[in-house]
Amino acid sequence: MRKKEWKLIVTFHTTADAIAFEKVCKETGKDGRMIPVPRELSAGCGLAWCAAPEKKEELQELAEKQSLLYEEMTELFY
Amino acid sequence: MGIYLDNAATTMQKPDCVIEAVAQAMGHMGNSGRGAYGEALDASRMIYETREQLSSLFGLGNPKQAAFSCNSTEALNTAILGLLGPGDHVISTVMEHNSVLRPLYRLEKEGAQISFCPCDEKGRLRMEELPGLVKKNTKALVCTHASNLTGNANDLMTLGAFCKERGLLFIVDASQTAGVLPIDMKAMNIDVVCFTGHKSLYGPQGTGGLCVREGLSIRPLKSGGSGVHTYLKEHPPEMPTALEAGTLNGHGIAGLHAALQFLSDTGIENIHRHEMNLLRQFYQGIREIPGIRVYGDLDTDYRAAVLALNIGDYDSSEVSDELSYRYGISTRPGAHCAPLMHQSMGTVDQGMVRFSFSWFNTKEEVDLAIQAIRELAEE
Repeated sequence: MRKKEWKLIVTFHTTADAIAFEKVCKETGKDGRMIPVPRELSAGCGLAWCAAPEKKEELQELAEKQSLLYEEMTELFY
Repeated sequence: MGIYLDNAATTMQKPDCVIEAVAQAMGHMGNSGRGAYGEALDASRMIYETREQLSSLFGLGNPKQAAFSCNSTEALNTAILGLLGPGDHVISTVMEHNSVLRPLYRLEKEGAQISFCPCDEKGRLRMEELPGLVKKNTKALVCTHASNLTGNANDLMTLGAFCKERGLLFIVDASQTAGVLPIDMKAMNIDVVCFTGHKSLYGPQGTGGLCVREGLSIRPLKSGGSGVHTYLKEHPPEMPTALEAGTLNGHGIAGLHAALQFLSDTGIENIHRHEMNLLRQFYQGIREIPGIRVYGDLDTDYRAAVLALNIGDYDSSEVSDELSYRYGISTRPGAHCAPLMHQSMGTVDQGMVRFSFSWFNTKEEVDLAIQAIRELAEE
């Protein structure tokens, strides 16, 4: 298995919220990708957006500006 | 191109004839039951033939008892909420998917009671517990044919005989088995089979339905357009119209029609054999790798071609992500909409990584999946 490193994980209530978030990230050239939600953050099913930890503020601002819904932004050693 | 091993979620690869049938239907087919002209009749005839195919596949005996829905979830909601109500007791199992559990929990809120039959450490149903669960007001057994998590299959013949002896309705969720394991409603004493079109039947998403034993009446979830009896205030009670308010997914059903013909031509026993060969190859290849834990009963061929595993203590999401990102192998981690099965197996925190095989997977793909698991486990 890969070496763990600090990552920023964005979780969502719905698949639609996750895809809307991804769409805006791609349109605005933000690095990151969709992953299965880490079990440490949620025992349910679902998607999460994974990016570099230093992008947290940038993504928070983007989410606010674009009215993107998300559950949490968490830094995780994953 | 990646290796798709999430066929328990949907069989991504479909027979060419299915794709062609949908495209062709979209080019010429009208709305079934909405006219006596050629385009509408084409749809009605094709849909009736699909009912005949389903009746034959499930041993239903009367094609008019096969009603279409969007998927298994809608079919199960229709059967569960349309046959049971407050004051009824219903038996189900810890193997169920949320498509069974959530309608049952809704019924429970409305005053019904539920008992769940447990499984053993390999996720096999403890059928010997069933008689002890029956109460005076028990009305039905709602049970999956095979777990979407472990692939373990239930013995429908024995369960059907149990239901007959106790006078219980027998509702079967065939989401993981329709088209790979034989189902004979008459021989197995099944009252309702709920199925989806897009998994082991190899049809399009948005297709599914329920086959209802003749003589059994189900309260419909929906009312609306039917193409007949326009001036009645109530939706017509005759099957299959009773359970089919609104325009059917004719284009999707055209694909399902082609898929059922493909299954008939190929032989469901041949499909199951191929899938089981892949499952066995995979199991043999990974079982001895240190740190691998495999769930379910792999000692029998009476099962779905699904294998769930974990690597050490690794988060199943992380393993599945590595498989996808580094190897292009698609699997499903997490909880699989089967909360009670994970609770029973003690895997709520870790989840499981689920591999599921189809007719279109190859030995070479399985070899690559084994190699990937080996590398991930050894790193």
